[in-house]
Amino acid sequence: MNQQITVNHVCFEYQREGEEPVLVLQDLNLSIQKGEFVAVLGHNGSGKSTLAKHFNALLLPTVGTVLVNGIDTTDENRLFDIRQQVGMVFQNPDNQIVATIVEEDVAFALENLGVPSAEIRRRVDDALRAVGMYEFRNHAPHQLSGGQKQRVAIAGILAMRPECIVLDEPTAMLDPKGRREVLKTITELNREHQTTIALITHYMEEAVQADRVVVVDHGKIVLEGTPKQVFSQVERLKELGLDVPQVTELCYLLRREGYDLPDDIITEEECVRALEALFAAQKGTTLGDSENGTFDVSI
Amino acid sequence: MAILKTEHLTYRYSPGTPFEKAAVSDVNLEIEEGAFVGVIGHTGSGKSTLIQHFNGLLRPSSGHVYLDGQDIWADKKKIRSVRFQVGLVFQYPEYQLFEETVFKDIAFGPTNMGMTPDEVKRAVEEAMEFVGLSASLAQKSPFDLSGGQKRRVAIAGVMAMRPRVLILDEPTAGLDPKGRDRILKQIRAFHDQTKTTVLLVSHSMEDIADYAEKALVMNHAKLFAYDTVESVFSRSKELEELGLSVPQITRVFHKLRADGMPVRENVYTIPYAIKDLMRQLPKKGGVPHDS
Amino acid sequence: MIRDFTFGQFFPGNSILHRLDPRTKLLWTIAYIVQLFVCDAWISYLVPFLYLVLVIWISKISWVIVLRGVKPVLPLIVFTSVLNMFFVTGTPIVSIGFFHPTYEGLALAVRLTLRIVLLIMGTSMLTYTTSPIALTDGMEQLLRPLEKLRFPVHEMSMIMSIALRFIPTLVEETDKIMSAQKARGADMESGSVIERGKAMIPLLIPLFVSAFRRAEELAEAMECRCYRGGEGRTKLRQLCYTLLDAWTLLSAVVAFGLVIGCNVLF
Repeated sequence: MNQQITVNHVCFEYQREGEEPVLVLQDLNLSIQKGEFVAVLGHNGSGKSTLAKHFNALLLPTVGTVLVNGIDTTDENRLFDIRQQVGMVFQNPDNQIVATIVEEDVAFALENLGVPSAEIRRRVDDALRAVGMYEFRNHAPHQLSGGQKQRVAIAGILAMRPECIVLDEPTAMLDPKGRREVLKTITELNREHQTTIALITHYMEEAVQADRVVVVDHGKIVLEGTPKQVFSQVERLKELGLDVPQVTELCYLLRREGYDLPDDIITEEECVRALEALFAAQKGTTLGDSENGTFDVSI
Repeated sequence: MAILKTEHLTYRYSPGTPFEKAAVSDVNLEIEEGAFVGVIGHTGSGKSTLIQHFNGLLRPSSGHVYLDGQDIWADKKKIRSVRFQVGLVFQYPEYQLFEETVFKDIAFGPTNMGMTPDEVKRAVEEAMEFVGLSASLAQKSPFDLSGGQKRRVAIAGVMAMRPRVLILDEPTAGLDPKGRDRILKQIRAFHDQTKTTVLLVSHSMEDIADYAEKALVMNHAKLFAYDTVESVFSRSKELEELGLSVPQITRVFHKLRADGMPVRENVYTIPYAIKDLMRQLPKKGGVPHDS
Repeated sequence: MIRDFTFGQFFPGNSILHRLDPRTKLLWTIAYIVQLFVCDAWISYLVPFLYLVLVIWISKISWVIVLRGVKPVLPLIVFTSVLNMFFVTGTPIVSIGFFHPTYEGLALAVRLTLRIVLLIMGTSMLTYTTSPIALTDGMEQLLRPLEKLRFPVHEMSMIMSIALRFIPTLVEETDKIMSAQKARGADMESGSVIERGKAMIPLLIPLFVSAFRRAEELAEAMECRCYRGGEGRTKLRQLCYTLLDAWTLLSAVVAFGLVIGCNVLF
């Protein structure tokens, strides 16, 4: 069985006292494979965070089912299995660190699960090394930068040895340096440890790193595919209130002017190569010698 | 004439202890009235400390801050009036909302200034319009609004004081692209209509490039650069060495130039990039239309 | 001003005192307090005093820090001393109008001052040399027997450690909100008591709202990490007594004996 998380026809509704019920998720279907890196995009209020909270039974569907490794999330007897298999990291790094010392915090989940002390020690050290925070194990959380705190939070989840980590806008409150640190940690976990990643974000630079991008709007999946497939739909994304990488937008606008550029450019390198090819083609036509018109584009 | 000016501005944390550290060191700066300035620098560069000197929230350890040619610390009792003239919107300002209604919260600053109730009402309505909050929200509790709306209420609370200088510390942090664009456009419109001097702190070089006219770069407590956005971004190599990034589009153009392409160096917005490329590549799709 | 306050702070180090089991230090502190209150004869105060000097010397904590810890209670000491001197009846030292400071009052004042100063200095040695987390662990372990009486020992220690964790965060936040409201012309430093109290509203409401939001998010994060109360919980760090702990407690007993001895003999 290769499916990590399966979301079947899920609707989620909530109601505040004296108000009309709000339908946050509408008949949503999604499956995430083991080892996959999925980015979930969507503007604030699109339902993406609500969806994420269904992945580890923090929320239960009003209609439909969510399966984690085949376990139904409504099965209360398996709640801690589910939570252990699917860890969750939140937006605000300050509000998810429980202990006053980094290593104590990383140990928190293992202490709850009743793991023996020696085993806790081993797993805490491993987790801290995996996120590059081992040297900081005796620091107090408030002495760390935002990016470092977020890595500690990831280590706290990692210590449970989950198969999958769900990250709900983990970089939204960080500066560019912290954002890079966290994204690097996430991609390493995915590539080196085959951890399944579900990254909720609205930063396109981050979504570009994923295997698959899912765009949520009004509680439904409206776009789905590889980053290239999704980002090539510039107009659609803008309609949905989302960004595209600057290079994608540049090539899109140039294409609209009639330039012959590929429609799936999402990285800087691809953009430079495509533009240089354009220059080369032009030089080739004016000189009548296309072979001299090639440039060295090894970057 | 410079509306804000600093002379040898220095600020030290925990003076006299082993932890003493200069957060701002010998900054000399003149900001022209009516400018739209993007403030750049990584966390800990001193930019937040610097902006808190402009409205007298922090007092320099040495050096001076002038507002309209007047030393703001010449008379300590007048510091409150400085704060009314130089409005400061902190990071995540929605966390400082406290009143029962949106109207009352926005009116907090103007009321403290001693405006008459009529003036307060006008100032609040005007500010709500600037940030695109419909009048029907005025009597709602700010705690019932969405995140983006709360943020705009908080910004309106400072705009309503009709400051001569408006400083915003990362007003778009944590917002989605739509919310970000909306707030930046509103700030720009406020600047254009009221001729208020605006200082916008941002980590996003793309936003600085799109909205600001000038850029102020702080690095290790010192002023690294204060110039037009164009000339600051033309130093992209140096900026990257400081650990700052330049807009993606600028990086692409630098690579193109490095590879010998005849493009301009100081390209930092998409429309400008398109213009430049179309000038360099007049033939569509590589097909010559004249020769 | 918050930074000047050393009472209750932790100063990391590696002295014998730092390495003692937190439970020992807790018991030692209780023993020290009892010892102090048993003191009766003047000479008996010499025992807790010398004992404290020894402990401070062993801890390698600077005297300046220890003395600074007494600073916040100075007003209290002065106040009670003055009250004692003037209102305890006995042989007057001098008579100035209505005031008759007495020798008995003076003696009581000196005794009280000694007790308070030694008490503050002695108890703060516990927090100076024990990390908050070790302290809560130690307390939880010591109070464990109370669980049989349905006293929520684990919950209490969890609450304490979360409070300790969030103090720096909330201090920082208070500072930020205060600056933000000052930027909107809030005046929190002048005016009458009532005006100042009112001026605190723009600070207190956002602080409460934010504390609730943090609590909610923290609860969710704890749930995600399988928190389910104290039952079946293990610990990363396990406490264990060593020979050193035995010697420490023995020394406390000896000191106690000395105090009693002094009281009987003098």
